[in-house]
Amino acid sequence: MSSALIVDGLRKRYDGFTAVDGLSFKVDEGEIFGIIGANGSGKTTTVECAQGLRLADEGSVRVFGLDPQTDRTQLRSEVGSQLQESELPDRLRVWEALDLFASISPGSADWPELLDEWGLTEKRDAAFASLSGGQRQRLLVALALVNRPRLVFLDEMTTGLDPAARRVAWDLIDQIRARGTTVVLVTHFMDEAERLCDRLAVFRSGRIIAEGSPAQLVAEYAGDASVRFSTDQTDLSWLADAPGVTAIDRAGSRVTVQGTGPLLAHTAAALVAHGIAPVDLEVERKSLEDAFLALTDGEEPE
Amino acid sequence: MKALKKLTWIELKLFTRDPLSLVFTLALPLFFLIVLNGVFGNEPEVDPVEDVWRGVGPADYYVPAYLGLVMAAIGVLSMPVRLASYRESGVLRRFRASAMPLWSILGSQILIAMLTAVFGAISITIASTLIYGTELPSEPFLLIPAFFLAALSFSALGVFLGSVLPTSRSAQSAGIMLFFVMFLLSGSGPPPDALTGAMRGVSRALPLTHVVLLLQDPWLGFGWHVSASIVVLAVLVASVLLSIRFFRWE
Repeated sequence: MSSALIVDGLRKRYDGFTAVDGLSFKVDEGEIFGIIGANGSGKTTTVECAQGLRLADEGSVRVFGLDPQTDRTQLRSEVGSQLQESELPDRLRVWEALDLFASISPGSADWPELLDEWGLTEKRDAAFASLSGGQRQRLLVALALVNRPRLVFLDEMTTGLDPAARRVAWDLIDQIRARGTTVVLVTHFMDEAERLCDRLAVFRSGRIIAEGSPAQLVAEYAGDASVRFSTDQTDLSWLADAPGVTAIDRAGSRVTVQGTGPLLAHTAAALVAHGIAPVDLEVERKSLEDAFLALTDGEEPE
Repeated sequence: MKALKKLTWIELKLFTRDPLSLVFTLALPLFFLIVLNGVFGNEPEVDPVEDVWRGVGPADYYVPAYLGLVMAAIGVLSMPVRLASYRESGVLRRFRASAMPLWSILGSQILIAMLTAVFGAISITIASTLIYGTELPSEPFLLIPAFFLAALSFSALGVFLGSVLPTSRSAQSAGIMLFFVMFLLSGSGPPPDALTGAMRGVSRALPLTHVVLLLQDPWLGFGWHVSASIVVLAVLVASVLLSIRFFRWE
């Protein structure tokens, strides 16, 4: 599979502060690549360099084999951008914004359709300044897609959206992927990253400290799985022999088993073999959030 | 080219929705002119020692001066405020990420400035001719190049100020101050010959003073004002060079 984006040895310093410190990663065509990390970990600087908005001090960035700094015009119809902290003129109307950005690159999408997809048809004639935070955000994402890009950068796309609108946005991202568009998604919502991304890079202090699919990251970093159930039986020492079990804690009748691998299946098998069939047997599913917290020592994402 | 056309059309619409620009570039100059022409009338001063109106009636003196004031309002206020606020709120960044060519962005601003200057000039001329019976330009073929040189020069100054003023607020403060200083000292208020020595010194340093002379001479039949045209051209060249040096996307 060919690469949509290749970042190689990227380094960027601002006044003695190293924002990006030798990053390398590849984004394959057609995938949704997530970038997660704490505030100041270099996420936005990296995607800004990838969009040619900042000049890297060292390293190289290639978008479909082109340099975003020097080949901006050729990339105009290939790349879509939704930027953080980027507004539109206050008195510009919603339809005018889409019409303007559609006119910049040939082969642009039919913008009334985009208005509809992003739930902005009713706001067609509203001025940008009069839109709510969520409406602005949706308009800016729609603008990022108006040139039918092959690669789209979404920087904190769902920040400011209410939970229902976030779900709608996720479905739309699925549709974008279904069309074969590559997405680079910068986010601080772990549920969003886990739900949408094919692969993820975890940024910390300008470096990538982990990379892989959400499931890989969870399996590798989220720590032991745990299984819980209740029983009155006091001697459970045999449970320690079940494959993968590392620890057993009890609090009254409540038992927590920790371990690795398919812990639920092994625990259940051992319990049934000893004549115990607890009705409340449950596994605590580890999430990307657990993996992220373990990786970053509890640093808050953004 | 398509982007330039679309952007210019949108900027024109935005201009008509912006009260600050409309008031300073179109309403205020027209209002000042109507008041001053009403106060001073249009009788030339017969005593050449007393005359401050360059030998013509005050109303005739003022009409070309107000064409210049419209350009000044565009160049020191309307354009810098728009460009600075575009930079401040990330509009320029957004344009840049979409590879909107810089020449289309600035080109649309300059086209709007030209259109506003022409529209202002026509409305001022019509109003003053109808209300006070002032004279139409005596040398239109000299006036036209003078007009476009002056309007371009103030547009370039607008791009420069918009490049160096960091926020729309600072551009507004600076712009309103420059507008009123030039209004009072450059010929659209008291004529420079009526100013005191120190004021005249300041007046000579203001670009509008030279723009007024450049426009007045062909309008009143005095020919081409060579030294004023050199100063206005110098402002144009300096503004372009400084804009190239100081323009920032963010």
